[in-house]
Amino acid sequence: MKPSNPLNGPSTGPVVRSASLGASARRFRRWKERGILGMLNGATLFSVFITLAILWVLSVETTNFFAQDEVSVGEFFGTTQWNPLLGAEKHFGIWSLVCGTFLVAGVALLVAVPLGLITAIYLSEYAHPRVRAILKPALEILAGIPTVVYGFFALTLLTPALKVFSDDFGSFNALAAGIAVGILILPIITSLSEDALKAVPQSLRDGASGLGATRFDTSFKVVFPAALSGITSAVILAAARAIGETMIVALAAGSTPKVTMDVRDEIQTMTGFMVQMALGDVSNYGVEYYSMYAVAAMLFLLTLCFTLFGSYIRKRYREVYD
Amino acid sequence: MKARRRPLKNRHRKDHFFQRACQAIASMSALILVVLLSAILIQGIGALNSQFLSSAPDPDPAIAGLYPALMGSLWLLVITLAVALPLGVSAAIILEEFRPRRKSLRRIHAFIQLNITNLSGVPSVVFGILGLTVFVSMFGMFGNEQDPAVEVGATYVDQFYNEGDFILEVPIADSQLAETVPIDGMTVYTYDGKKMELNLVGDDADWPEDAALAQRSLRSWDLPGRNKDRSWYYFRLPFGRGILAGALTLMLVILPIIIIASQEALRAVPSSLREGALGLGATPWQTVSRITLPAALPGILTGAIIAMSRAIGEAAPLLMIAGIVFITRAPSNMMDDFTAMPLQIYNWAGRPQKEFHDLAASGIIVLLSALLMFNAVAVILRNKLQKPLS
Repeated sequence: MKPSNPLNGPSTGPVVRSASLGASARRFRRWKERGILGMLNGATLFSVFITLAILWVLSVETTNFFAQDEVSVGEFFGTTQWNPLLGAEKHFGIWSLVCGTFLVAGVALLVAVPLGLITAIYLSEYAHPRVRAILKPALEILAGIPTVVYGFFALTLLTPALKVFSDDFGSFNALAAGIAVGILILPIITSLSEDALKAVPQSLRDGASGLGATRFDTSFKVVFPAALSGITSAVILAAARAIGETMIVALAAGSTPKVTMDVRDEIQTMTGFMVQMALGDVSNYGVEYYSMYAVAAMLFLLTLCFTLFGSYIRKRYREVYD
Repeated sequence: MKARRRPLKNRHRKDHFFQRACQAIASMSALILVVLLSAILIQGIGALNSQFLSSAPDPDPAIAGLYPALMGSLWLLVITLAVALPLGVSAAIILEEFRPRRKSLRRIHAFIQLNITNLSGVPSVVFGILGLTVFVSMFGMFGNEQDPAVEVGATYVDQFYNEGDFILEVPIADSQLAETVPIDGMTVYTYDGKKMELNLVGDDADWPEDAALAQRSLRSWDLPGRNKDRSWYYFRLPFGRGILAGALTLMLVILPIIIIASQEALRAVPSSLREGALGLGATPWQTVSRITLPAALPGILTGAIIAMSRAIGEAAPLLMIAGIVFITRAPSNMMDDFTAMPLQIYNWAGRPQKEFHDLAASGIIVLLSALLMFNAVAVILRNKLQKPLS
């Protein structure tokens, strides 16, 4: 027991006790706090360090790639043939990979945007609480399913189902992969759009109803336009996710890079190429190896643009109601 | 009168029709889930038994199992979480509880926040590329996996395989030493570690009949193979394509998730609690460690479990780190080669034979059960720990 200050009476709470600490103990505590805060700050800066490391690694290795004799910047951005592994002559035209990526992402958005937006409007404007109680968890479970499972689904269920409709579908095709990616981003679009719709104040809906609008009119002429910035950013973020999706396309889309708009065809995406490189026994220094980094840099820049653009739209065009 | 009522009726009809269409379309997501789960269940339930969980992958689908992948995922999960949770919660505390007042620092604060948002949007395969360069090869600064610059916990043995089909081992002090030459009377160890004295059989002499003697005999021309024994604390630089490199890469993937979830949990703590603690004379760190952090704990743990679910299903970054390797045993140290459940599923799903697709479906059932368990724990935690705070 420490001797308590008689002036404070018997009720010496923790505050009084800490005030009676010796000077050295107080100094120790101050240094301890500084040490802890320093460590916490270090952990925070670690996230910046990760970004810097990504930029550093990608830029150094991409520079190495363009320094090779077999490849030039003009060929990389100017031609459409991507053939780094086989054949006597290697070709590095990024556009066939970019085209494959956008083909899959485009199919995914065609599937997920209408489905996701209508589901979001339904959940926020129409749905009975009991329906919500079933649909919301279903969407959450869909969002939590690993992507390799969707890849398996696309390869063993969607592709055979598509082949029933037409014999032209290959056993690897862009459509099955695109639909699976669409299912993957459906929960993202739905939940982000629903948040945006929910953020529209009730008074706007009440006003519309008071003027004689049906719920359909209210949803499409009042609530939807008011939430448009949030919905747009949701779609852009989902598109970024679709572009970066790896396992589905690695399993179901095939490995033949080409510029095509035919969804029945086998294609290759940027992520698919990176997986192919990681699986193959390619030496650690050849031009093929460095091409993986160049593709990764391209992918990183694309998704970064999408993410930044999405947050910009949400901030810039947000309708603020008080 | 009739002409004016018609549009209204039409509008109501449109509203009604739209509601029906909405219901149909919205139920699609539930339908997709049902189709997906039931297809996998039907395909995978047949091969799912205790033998599947306890045996190793095999070229023969009838006896192949998931055990090494299961243990690999477990190792990965533990290491990933042990690194990511302290880092993520620390960053969240700084970002939420120690907001700077000075303008220049506020700008840095906003930059870090934007940076974390961007990191959460980076495709996981890019993190895989980063891990491949930074963790696996460490820019080539420390040599390569076969000849690492720093190595702790490795012992080398020269292994002889004698005419009686017995294995004899001689410990080596340094991996650079020349191959051991058998000398009569030198100390050797059997494969299970029993110490013995070597019996050198003459070049022309017959191989000893006695089993005990044959077990410790060698000819002078017997050549050893050098083996590396790794203890459980084996460590090397560079990390190589081992579990630690995989776990650290997964850590990069889930760090933004943990930071954002922890920030939300801290933000939900009412500021009256903080003000009360500070008013009683607590220091800022005491306020955080004894008041704010305990109050935010349920939310932080829920975030951690969501991050775990992401980590256990993530395949792309691991594919970049480990590739597809044929591994038949559980990992025994942090540098061991590994496979994980999503990798094994990817491997099986990519094969043309239907039997392997069934195995992939069984693996998916195991993976989804683990996820379901995580989510159940998260719900229970949320309900048990969450006390009204204001």
